[in-house]
Amino acid sequence: MRRLIFLLPLLLFVGVGVAFLLGFERDPRDIPSALIDKPAPDFTLPPLPGHKEGVSSAMLKGDVTLVNVFASWCIPCKAEHPVITRLSKELGVTVRGINYKDKTGDALDWLKRNGDPYASIGADLDGRVSIDWGVYGVPETYLIDRQGRIRFKQVGPLTPQVVDEQILPMVKHLRAAS
Amino acid sequence: MKALHVKAILLAALLAITPLTAASIAWAVQPDEVLPDPAMEGRAREISKDLRCLVCQNQSIDDSNAPLARDLRILVRERLKAGDSDQQVVHYVTDRYGDYVLLRPPFKATTLVLWVGPFVILAIGAIGTFLYLRGRKSAAVAAGGDTAPLTEDERQRLDALLRKEDRKEDA
Repeated sequence: MRRLIFLLPLLLFVGVGVAFLLGFERDPRDIPSALIDKPAPDFTLPPLPGHKEGVSSAMLKGDVTLVNVFASWCIPCKAEHPVITRLSKELGVTVRGINYKDKTGDALDWLKRNGDPYASIGADLDGRVSIDWGVYGVPETYLIDRQGRIRFKQVGPLTPQVVDEQILPMVKHLRAAS
Repeated sequence: MKALHVKAILLAALLAITPLTAASIAWAVQPDEVLPDPAMEGRAREISKDLRCLVCQNQSIDDSNAPLARDLRILVRERLKAGDSDQQVVHYVTDRYGDYVLLRPPFKATTLVLWVGPFVILAIGAIGTFLYLRGRKSAAVAAGGDTAPLTEDERQRLDALLRKEDRKEDA
């Protein structure tokens, strides 16, 4: 029994070592959002020229909505675009876009080339509204419940795996609730 | 050959000191961001030094050239101009980005292990060392003090050995 006390530092060391080793698995760029379960920030963004509607906080209430922050200059945005398109066109999820610090012409060209799956797009030219959302890199995607609260945030491109394993079950659950 | 060597050493030395000088020369804060009121600008600089740039992560927004860091620097200055206290400005940013943006983690329930952990481990070590040393001492005392007296048998063997040594020296 007395011997065991000498093993304690070793066990402690191994424990800390394992904790750090597991820490390496985590992505340091994936910072948890401070806004989870909080209402989406109050904002109004004007539409891209040639589009009818922009995006505002009032539009996020009523139905479960996905808000996708994207830009034409952002390479991963292009990679996730088919995933967003599938969510919107095939799976019937309302997706609204925030066009982050983009040149209007570039954004319109990009949408013409890659398709426009968004119910509406707000142009955040100076990125100020995106700061209110806690955006620190594009793409980022937020899931908003019917009351307009942020329930989930994806940093970086959406993948089919994230959609199937996290977003779709949550959309189903949030639609069923209230 | 020799000259080449010297040049290589000079180059290496130059490269070694470049980051130091570059860091002190290249300010991230652009002239157009600076506030006209020096006192307020000073406050903005102090606040910015403690806010993490989320793009480069280990730099403060005061040091970083990332566009988002610039946006946040401007935001900090706008909040100050709007009459916010330093604390309100920091709150404004943590409301959006969480405690992660603070380069000095705040002391609260979720960070208790971070702040107190090292001292707890130090205390455990100190207590352990104390108990171990006390245990050793009491074991020695139980055996008759720090230096236990020799038994009769030991004394005779020691005497025999010493006598043998004496004889060797005489011879």
